[in-house]
Amino acid sequence: MISSVAATETAARIPLVDYLALDPEPHLVAQECTVCGARYFDHRDACASCFEAVFRPVNVPTEGEVTSFTIVSYAPPGVEAPFVAAIIDCGGTPVRATLVDVKPDPDNLTLGMKVRLTTYSLGTDSAGTEAVGFGFAPA
Amino acid sequence: MASGDVWILGIVMTKFGKHPETDSVGLAAQAARAALADGGVSMRDIGILAAGNLMGGGALGQQLQKQIGQTGIPVYNVANACATGATALRTAIMAIKAGETDMGLAVGVEKLSGAGLLGVGGAKKQGDTWEPSGRQGAIMGLDGRVNTDNMPGTFAQIGMEYGHKYGDVSFELFARISEKNHMHSTLNPLAAYSKAMSVEQIMNDVMIAYPNTRPMCSANCDGAAAAVVVSDEKLKTLSDEQRKRAVRVAASVLTTDPYEAGCQVLPNVNTLTRNAAKQAYEQAGVSPQDLDLVELHDCFATAELVHYDNLMLCDEGNAVDFFSSGAAHRDGSTPVNVSGGLQSKGHPIAATGIANVWEICHHLRGEAGDRQIEGAKLGLAHVIGLGSACGVHILERAAA
Repeated sequence: MISSVAATETAARIPLVDYLALDPEPHLVAQECTVCGARYFDHRDACASCFEAVFRPVNVPTEGEVTSFTIVSYAPPGVEAPFVAAIIDCGGTPVRATLVDVKPDPDNLTLGMKVRLTTYSLGTDSAGTEAVGFGFAPA
Repeated sequence: MASGDVWILGIVMTKFGKHPETDSVGLAAQAARAALADGGVSMRDIGILAAGNLMGGGALGQQLQKQIGQTGIPVYNVANACATGATALRTAIMAIKAGETDMGLAVGVEKLSGAGLLGVGGAKKQGDTWEPSGRQGAIMGLDGRVNTDNMPGTFAQIGMEYGHKYGDVSFELFARISEKNHMHSTLNPLAAYSKAMSVEQIMNDVMIAYPNTRPMCSANCDGAAAAVVVSDEKLKTLSDEQRKRAVRVAASVLTTDPYEAGCQVLPNVNTLTRNAAKQAYEQAGVSPQDLDLVELHDCFATAELVHYDNLMLCDEGNAVDFFSSGAAHRDGSTPVNVSGGLQSKGHPIAATGIANVWEICHHLRGEAGDRQIEGAKLGLAHVIGLGSACGVHILERAAA
């Protein structure tokens, strides 16, 4: 199973996506429209809601509630199957992620369950840099 | 017959399933020629061709002309995810409404037999050092690492989200929706699969993405469908027999997602469907209770449930009660997917949005044989493509 990454001072690390901040504690960073407050986890040329184009980074709460999930039986190469894909409401910001540290079985999963952000290692490259992924574990 | 109306003059679908004997162009040609024959017209009468195909490369229309007739008319090659067929049909309808021509042909075709899981991105190419790329600065493929890209999993979450919002969904409920559609398919000789399945068989089949097992997923297959549409003025010049079988397009609507926070992370098939339905009922001057039958986009059993609500076949939040009451069965108050739906009829993507309209027309013309919904006068066809695009057509039987 997936293990949590121990914080190390020496080894270089790189997040799976640029909206995963690793320090001081792992958290997600959304780009928030300064005009209407819409939040995005990818680079936008302009806001899809109000069409303005100025964004500021905002930290997203690391705890949330599962609003939907599925257990996917077939995974792409390099991903363990089955895995749990879920949508998590983190204090009003919807986040797409996987659930980790939980058995991928419908009996262990409930709509509305409380979860918190956690990280895990995705391996190291030839330069010794460790890739760090994220998921949500039962709180 | 109000002036400015557009009518379906001829419409067909091919048998859905495996068609190893021909390519997509050949399959589209079969459907197109049959639709022309069904309408009693020829390529000489057609002023615009809209050709829908998603997986083929974007030049179907011109390739098709070489098989059925090159008359120099404008061709629109259409791709709009799973709403491609409905978009092609609407393109031909709009050309008539714009006054550019009085008769158009819309075709949709796909060859998908053996295509496997759709929506799964290829593994990201990797060098020997991590290199962020794309709009999320991803260092490797995100499918399975950040949620899922596959369609069964995406639509599973759409159904489960409905459960979180309104309660009462279960694996068995979704399986019962699938059981209904598989039962309906036994009366449809053009369906890819026409075998009844029990709830137990459905639940014990291969799990694809909980709660969707294999028979709860739309079947990848080959198929084509085509329609000839005609203006009100032109129809008046045609024979009694052609006028009698013509079906009025009471509404033709296409929508996309308006901005919502939720649809940035999980496709939202609800808001744009509700918006399309509202516009369509208004255009047609009818209410959901007036519908004699509905073909909706049950790409997965989990999707069918939410569309009962989105198409306003029930009160908001009441989709589970609506289904459990038997309303959606072929002998219920609003029969849904009497064709067997995408789960059994099959889902050759670009053909689907015209095949659904064909199913409705088949009943309105009183030609649906064993599965005829008696006295059908008004029906609705709905498709949705992720991203998203939603097409809704309301069809009305010609006045006797």
